[in-house]
Amino acid sequence: MDLLAHLPALQVVIPMLSAPLIVLLQPRGLAWAGATAVALVSFSIAVALTLAVLDGQALQYAMGGWTAPYGIALSVDTFSAIVLLVITGASTAALLAAKPSIDQQIESERQPLFYAAWLLVLSGLVGIVVSADAFNIFVFMEISSLASYILIAGGPDRRALPAVFKYLMMGTIGATFYLIGVGLIYMMTGTLNLADIQDRLGDVTDINPVLVAAGFITIGLALKAAVFPLHVWVPNAYTHAPHMVTVFLAACATKVALYVLIRFDYMIFQATLEDHQVQFALFAMPLSILGILIASAVAMFEGHLKRRLASSSIAQIGYILLGVSFVSMAGLSASAMHMFNHALAKGGLFLAVACLAYQYRDLRLDQLGGAAARMPWTCAAFVVCGLSLIGVPGTAGFISKWLLITAALESGPWGGGLVAIILVSSLMAVVYVWRIVEALYFQAPVEGEGPTSEAPIQMLLVTGFIALLNIYFGLFPQVPLELANSAAALLLEGSN
Amino acid sequence: MTPETTILVAIGLPLVGALAISLAGRIGPNIREAATAITSVSLIWVVWGLISTLMEGKSPSIEVSEVMPGLSITFTVEPLGMLFAALASGLWLINSIYSVGYMRGNKEKNQTRFFVCFALALSATVGVAFAGNLFTLFLCYELLTLSTYPLVAHKGDAATIRSARIYLGVLLSTSIGLFLPAIIWTYTVAGTGDFTAGGILAGKLNDPEIGLLLALFVFGIGKAAVMPMHKWLPAAMVAPTPVSALLHAVAVVKSGVFAITKIIIYIFGIEYLFKSPSSEWLLYVAAFTIIVASLVALRQTNIKRLLAYSTIAQLSYVVMATAILKPLAEVGAALHMVAHAFGKITLFFAAGAIYVASKKTEIHQLRGIGRRMPWTMTAFTIGALSMIGVPPTAGFVSKWYILAGAFEANNLVAVFTIIASTLLNAAYFLPILYLVWFEHEKEGEKDHGEAPFLTVLALTLTAILTLAFFLFNGPVIELASQVVKGLS
Repeated sequence: MDLLAHLPALQVVIPMLSAPLIVLLQPRGLAWAGATAVALVSFSIAVALTLAVLDGQALQYAMGGWTAPYGIALSVDTFSAIVLLVITGASTAALLAAKPSIDQQIESERQPLFYAAWLLVLSGLVGIVVSADAFNIFVFMEISSLASYILIAGGPDRRALPAVFKYLMMGTIGATFYLIGVGLIYMMTGTLNLADIQDRLGDVTDINPVLVAAGFITIGLALKAAVFPLHVWVPNAYTHAPHMVTVFLAACATKVALYVLIRFDYMIFQATLEDHQVQFALFAMPLSILGILIASAVAMFEGHLKRRLASSSIAQIGYILLGVSFVSMAGLSASAMHMFNHALAKGGLFLAVACLAYQYRDLRLDQLGGAAARMPWTCAAFVVCGLSLIGVPGTAGFISKWLLITAALESGPWGGGLVAIILVSSLMAVVYVWRIVEALYFQAPVEGEGPTSEAPIQMLLVTGFIALLNIYFGLFPQVPLELANSAAALLLEGSN
Repeated sequence: MTPETTILVAIGLPLVGALAISLAGRIGPNIREAATAITSVSLIWVVWGLISTLMEGKSPSIEVSEVMPGLSITFTVEPLGMLFAALASGLWLINSIYSVGYMRGNKEKNQTRFFVCFALALSATVGVAFAGNLFTLFLCYELLTLSTYPLVAHKGDAATIRSARIYLGVLLSTSIGLFLPAIIWTYTVAGTGDFTAGGILAGKLNDPEIGLLLALFVFGIGKAAVMPMHKWLPAAMVAPTPVSALLHAVAVVKSGVFAITKIIIYIFGIEYLFKSPSSEWLLYVAAFTIIVASLVALRQTNIKRLLAYSTIAQLSYVVMATAILKPLAEVGAALHMVAHAFGKITLFFAAGAIYVASKKTEIHQLRGIGRRMPWTMTAFTIGALSMIGVPPTAGFVSKWYILAGAFEANNLVAVFTIIASTLLNAAYFLPILYLVWFEHEKEGEKDHGEAPFLTVLALTLTAILTLAFFLFNGPVIELASQVVKGLS
């Protein structure tokens, strides 16, 4: 076996085993360097895996040579590759930029523990994505969630504690629901391996427990994915977390739960339950529309920069779910694409926010007047990523919006109405992004407040690079598009 | 350099220029202005160099990136776009001369940002002109909106920000809310959005839908300021005058009517549209805009706002001429884009020169100013006569063609609208000219002379162009006729 064959396992194992080692790196700065190196390695593995699946290989891996259904099976396809890229990319970008911001927010003696927790989150999230086994998904979900509670509460902001408690409660309920669902399925099929479940569910005669399981799993994962109206934990958790943690989690955490939701629904329930497509569409579409409209409206009125962007995230999850609810090739590829593009835009925005936060203690909009004069590069990056979030042509966000609108037009008689909703919410995005831009560029500075200089160069470079990527993938989206199309084809194939 | 790479150079040059201007801005204002001058001269050289290629009957085209299957960023040179690019790049040079005089004379802040954004806006304008399909057009159209926003908001006080918000709000919401769905609809129906001679929609859409799609396009292209999407243009007058002159009399607004003309000719196809009764409303909406905007202009007391409403009316001339759907009228539409550009930029230059010299912004303050600023006011007079369409000015030439097209189509509504609006134009410009030349100024007015030399130089040049276009319009007519070649 060559190295490539082991990559799915290494993707999970490297960050997981590095985490305890990081704790030992007490000297100043070493923990950061170690964690960043591990993140870079993870990212490289994700890129290698992506190249391999783009070549047409479906990667299956049996831990320790124990084949499924007895051993632990891992698998990577194009859909997982997109999410892997997002997770490892977000973690790498955040860590590369993180040092000054983390030094400012977290005492140096606690930093090794913090970075260890970070790597556990990373390992948990990629574990969820590569697992081919329903129970292991649960295990990795718990690893990533527990570690992310530590990350969010790790900052100096004491308001993070009630926020994280709420997150913990909701997250635990979500995970429990998921586990109940998986238990029911195990009861009916006697297996936990996803491919086996798909095979055997077709033979199950008593369908009611499976329906109940579908309900539990969908709701549980929707909670984790912050699907409207199960999103209440998001704004506070994102707002009060250390800024770099927000970059990491906002770019990928909820998307991973959504990934599992999509995979489960298409590969298992739609493949075996009759008319489940309609059920799923009727469940997901109204929720996503409400989420898009209400969360965008809320974002227009939030006065705190991070909270405003967090609300926007809930609306963006609505976009992804909307595409999925079309149960069509076009819709799925729009959603997969939006996972990638939204991570780029929102990750870039939160990076710029972290740069601002390095100099401004208070991130309410009325305190940020005139920031552009003092921090021109940060604000320029913010504008570019903001345009991408709105979906202005020439940026990555436009590509997914175009795909989503095309998919909506093809989706049926109500397509025109859906297009109208997408367009209206885009205009709302103009409003909530532009209010920030106006504050940064034209509002008068608050007396005696504000920085005298830019954020550290290390943060600026990463932020600027992500902003440029937003433009690059707006003009040359071929690679993610190929992944997204292939992912959509796989999912649809699996559902039949 | 092949013609294909020349296109990219033409679009990239102002971008490089913007970078050079921002770097030079750190050294000193004179170097910065030199960077602007070099960029604009080279842009003229590059853009005008393409004309000869076009005259040989070639139509160079280059694909930058195929973003999605069937959806590409492509730039193509065709006669109408060539005309627009040549116009915008040529006037940018004159406008840059003017800007230097104006910005220094007024001691404006943030001059580097101003010149950088101006160069970016020009890049987007050339992009609009050479866009080879709807997607590329939309891309450059939005970039133009975004790059001009800092110019409108230049002053930075609360009132300016409010106006800039209207500017951005109207332009972005119409383009995202109406223009974008129209484009996606076109791609879904026709499978392509390439600008093709004769159109791509023939036989693909039925009658009421055609009118609806046309409406999405016309109202979605807010830059054309067809009522009721015109509110942003008076709002944009808070910008420094060089911005109003080049962008809100030429580049931005002409991008709008240019896009509409291009879509009607190359997407719908004029013959196909002529046979579709559901598209007739466009002519009436344009006529309505012409008359109402002229009436509103009558009531304005501020010079720049008057010019803004006059622009709204003149833009709808182009839209109406296009909507007549006859080859002669299409030529008239193309000519009017040029003719109006020369006249209106002169008027704005004059308004700005008056402001620099005397800080006057209202019409009633202009009493007897002709004696203090003879050069400026002579140019103003020539511009005003061109707006009315009196020979020997540029406005006469284009009006002639539009009228000829209207008669060819037996379109009495268009004929009547042109006559009525000519009277209205005279009604709001002639009293000003009388005030300027024949009244005497009040006692105790501020003592002032002409505006700075560079501003006067620029406005004299454009006034000469306005007159010269009456006599030497051959090349432009030839270029415009190429658009409709094979259609008649």
